[in-house]
Amino acid sequence: MSLHTLSVLVENKPGVLARVAALFSRRGFNIESLAVGPTEHDDISRMTIVVNVEALPLEQVTKQLNKLVNVIKIVELDSAQSVQRELMLLKVRTDAESRSHVLEVVNLFRARCVDVAPDAVTIEVTGTSDKLKAFVRVLEPYGIKELVQSGMVAIGRGARSITDRSLRALERSA
Amino acid sequence: MTEQMTGAQALVRALEHVGVDTVFGIPGGAILPAYDPLYDSTKVRHVLVRHEQGAGHAAEGYAQATGRVGVCMATSGPGATNLVTPIADAYMDSVPIVAITGQVASPMIGTDAFQEADISGITMPITKHNFLVTQAEDIPRTIAEAFHIASTGRPGPVLVDIAKDALQATTTFSWPPVMQLPGYRPVTRPHSKQIREAARLMTEARRPVLYVGGGVHKAGASAELRELAELTGIPVVTTLMARGTFPDSHPQHMGMPGMHGTVSAVGALQQSDLLIALGTRFDDRVTGRLVSFAPNAKVIHADIDPAEISKNRHADVPIVGDCREVIGDLIAVVRGEQAAGRKGDYSEWWRILNGYKETYPLGYEQFADGSLAPQYVMERLSAIVGPEAYYVAGVGQHQMWAAQFVGYENPGTFINSGGAGTMGFAVPAAMGAKMGRPDATVWAIDGDGCFQMTNQELATCAIEGVPIKVAVIDNGSLGMVRQWQTLFYDERYSNTDLQQVRRIPDFVKLAEAYGCVGLRCERPEDVDATIRKAMEINDVPVVVDFVVHRDAMVWPMVAAGTSNDDIKYARDMAPKWESEE
Repeated sequence: MSLHTLSVLVENKPGVLARVAALFSRRGFNIESLAVGPTEHDDISRMTIVVNVEALPLEQVTKQLNKLVNVIKIVELDSAQSVQRELMLLKVRTDAESRSHVLEVVNLFRARCVDVAPDAVTIEVTGTSDKLKAFVRVLEPYGIKELVQSGMVAIGRGARSITDRSLRALERSA
Repeated sequence: MTEQMTGAQALVRALEHVGVDTVFGIPGGAILPAYDPLYDSTKVRHVLVRHEQGAGHAAEGYAQATGRVGVCMATSGPGATNLVTPIADAYMDSVPIVAITGQVASPMIGTDAFQEADISGITMPITKHNFLVTQAEDIPRTIAEAFHIASTGRPGPVLVDIAKDALQATTTFSWPPVMQLPGYRPVTRPHSKQIREAARLMTEARRPVLYVGGGVHKAGASAELRELAELTGIPVVTTLMARGTFPDSHPQHMGMPGMHGTVSAVGALQQSDLLIALGTRFDDRVTGRLVSFAPNAKVIHADIDPAEISKNRHADVPIVGDCREVIGDLIAVVRGEQAAGRKGDYSEWWRILNGYKETYPLGYEQFADGSLAPQYVMERLSAIVGPEAYYVAGVGQHQMWAAQFVGYENPGTFINSGGAGTMGFAVPAAMGAKMGRPDATVWAIDGDGCFQMTNQELATCAIEGVPIKVAVIDNGSLGMVRQWQTLFYDERYSNTDLQQVRRIPDFVKLAEAYGCVGLRCERPEDVDATIRKAMEINDVPVVVDFVVHRDAMVWPMVAAGTSNDDIKYARDMAPKWESEE
């Protein structure tokens, strides 16, 4: 098994996320991570789906997704040819003594402190999933009180845009 | 041209514009606004069925007999959920239907209102697409989109759920609407490089087989298929969904493959070195245990649905496209090859296959007590009724016998529930087929188990003037399940006995109660006269109770989960494959 990142352009309509999620569960595919959000075009949303499958089932995932009427385009993003980011917010136990140590880690990881309380700091960090894992490992000894993480978003490197052609298709149909 | 009207009027107008002439359905609270303008429509005939499941199967039968989109209508909640089985059935067999359901008014959605069910959520995995409409202005466009999606590409069911307030609101109607389907672009033109590669493999192969599925008839390509088969001399097998797509009487026809296929068809696939799979999906009922299916064959797989290709079996030459275009292009390239002196030599292959055909023809057991063999009923129906009629089967033993022993010569004349295996399909689907093809003879071939699931539609047939004929193959049991109990459960007949010895119900009286003619036949010598009598009655539906021997079994058989190589010709009798040279 290996991880694959799919960028899926979908129509921005109610129920589309349910269709995609239902398709994954019905066909027995596993979603590792999922992020959905708007794009530069109001009518299009973009899902970044990380799936953990062999190459052959991945082809099935892509073909089945393509059959959904609301799915406009699917691109597999190669990790070397794309920028991939996750966002994490975590609350770490601190006191007067440990706070400076924690803030040092925050600086090393180019993370940001977004909230401070007498006995805790809340930190925002973005990066690849490996970086976030490393960050959490370093902070674990201080005591992580709470952690929340987004799904991965990714975008291809270079000047080409995967939305361009899809936009043209949308405009033609409108 | 634009006009002010209610959403309900816009719905009926849109249905008229897309060419709907028949709608099967039952009204209820949420869909009521639509039924009022429907009452006035001179173009759309609404057929009041007795159960929504019947409406759905009738729409399927109509669609399969005409090639047009079948339409069913129901109210919210239980009306809509009763459509779930036929929708799932249509999804499995790629039948173009549009189901229109009423939904509670949009402010009530999500409040667990009376007769509320999330039917778009429920049918999400069993529809090609579905819509929830809450604005009157969206109704015409959605109907246009629904019919477009249902009927193009790989056909399938589309559900349109319309909130009651959208039906009641006033809107501006204009036609045609502009469809907004940026993500829907079915590919119909095959890639020419793939076609050339396919033609090359066909010429080089020594043991090729045309493995033909339901997609060929759906593409209207049976004439092209015959041309390709005769041009190349390659043998043909027709799956359950393709019976009639290639004439049974044709010398190149090997029969139906699969769990209850002929030895010649199963043997042809197993020993093939090249499968030319057209509009078919390598269903488990055809392949048996997948790893041992046609182990030496390369695969050319053409289908309009890219997701079918290499889903179950790897395709060496994948071709995405409409089968009519695929076969047409193949014919052109093969002609070119032949003109250049390259023609496949399949003479040794034919010697082997003709041997199978001769040694292992379809046969059946006659009973010493003089009781009726169901297969004999099929043979006589086929001989007397002929290949111009439509035969509509339910699911089980009778379906397999209908597939095996009726001779099909014309595409689309065998209509049945293949993928889903829905018991109760036959009577309502036959009704739909007869309404779509009023001049044709339509025989439902049903089992006594299936028949009791949906026979209330006989009332609809009698009242609406739809004179179908029903052959109930009455063995007093859930025969296919009983057959498995005989073979795999030590003859322990747990809950398969329908107690027909007591004649509960009496199918002849039941038929009469529904305003139909009821006939009964229990002896082989009466079969012809009974069928002829049924054929003479054309003003009302006819039900014939063929009381058959309950121990009759469907052979050949590949037991579920085993290899096609382990096919049994009859109980404990395996054919011998001719070994590779």
